[in-house]
Amino acid sequence: MRTFGYQMTTRNSKSRRWSEICDDRWMPKIERSTTDERGLTVRMRGLAAVIAPSLTAVLKIAREHVEAMIAHAREDHPDEACGVLVGPEGSDVPTRLVRMINADRSPTFFRFDPQEQFALYKAMGAAGEEIVVVYHSHTSTEAYPSRTDIALASEPQAHYVLVSTAGSGTSDGPVSVRSYRIVDGAVSEEEIDVTE
Amino acid sequence: MSVEVRIPTILRTFTSGAKAVHGNGATLQQVLDDIEARNPGLKDRIVESEALRRFVNVYVNDEDVRFSGGLNAPTADGDVVVVLPAVAGG
Repeated sequence: MRTFGYQMTTRNSKSRRWSEICDDRWMPKIERSTTDERGLTVRMRGLAAVIAPSLTAVLKIAREHVEAMIAHAREDHPDEACGVLVGPEGSDVPTRLVRMINADRSPTFFRFDPQEQFALYKAMGAAGEEIVVVYHSHTSTEAYPSRTDIALASEPQAHYVLVSTAGSGTSDGPVSVRSYRIVDGAVSEEEIDVTE
Repeated sequence: MSVEVRIPTILRTFTSGAKAVHGNGATLQQVLDDIEARNPGLKDRIVESEALRRFVNVYVNDEDVRFSGGLNAPTADGDVVVVLPAVAGG
């Protein structure tokens, strides 16, 4: 059996912004663990246990969605591409991919356009959906969350998918796709289960 | 009547899990001060040095307050304030 642990992090200067909120002073002292049908166990403390009790250590995603993320990353290379997969609230099942504009149009940074993000918020609210996956690309580094990614991660229920086009740019060639949970400033990689 | 403030998932630990809280005030600043009294710590996640935090988006009735006065944006009974942390990274 493999165990994925979510560790509480303490304040540090490099991941201040949102990880500050894991400060022990108010963090609920709750622990919870879940085991999925394949025997993977997730242990959670504090925030994760309260707001994301159904976390499992795997992202189950359709092949067409994986291919669509890769296509988006290639099109926008060398700038970072970003977007979401949304699904029914509480389901943890991504059903719809939405490309988002990188308002920064940058090879080293991304930010959803605030108006487009608000439109997404309203559309999801009307449909009873939530963000299941937040994806973005790294165009010159590996598919691992950067310090900025960790510091700004603010969707604790979401899987964070990184697509690296560093090896192939806009052309066909090797790309790396990896998935993570980022909660309370702690990163844990998870498996991707691609479904046909 | 009062102003409804919708709280993102990541900040619901300040509101005992509530998705929305209500406050009174004629400006966004006053509403945030009012809800802070019952949800201590919440305002600090939205405001920094008397301005909105850079990576938090706030909308009053569908309008991004960065274009309508920031913390001084006017609010009235029945208005809806939405707080959305920016989705961003590097």
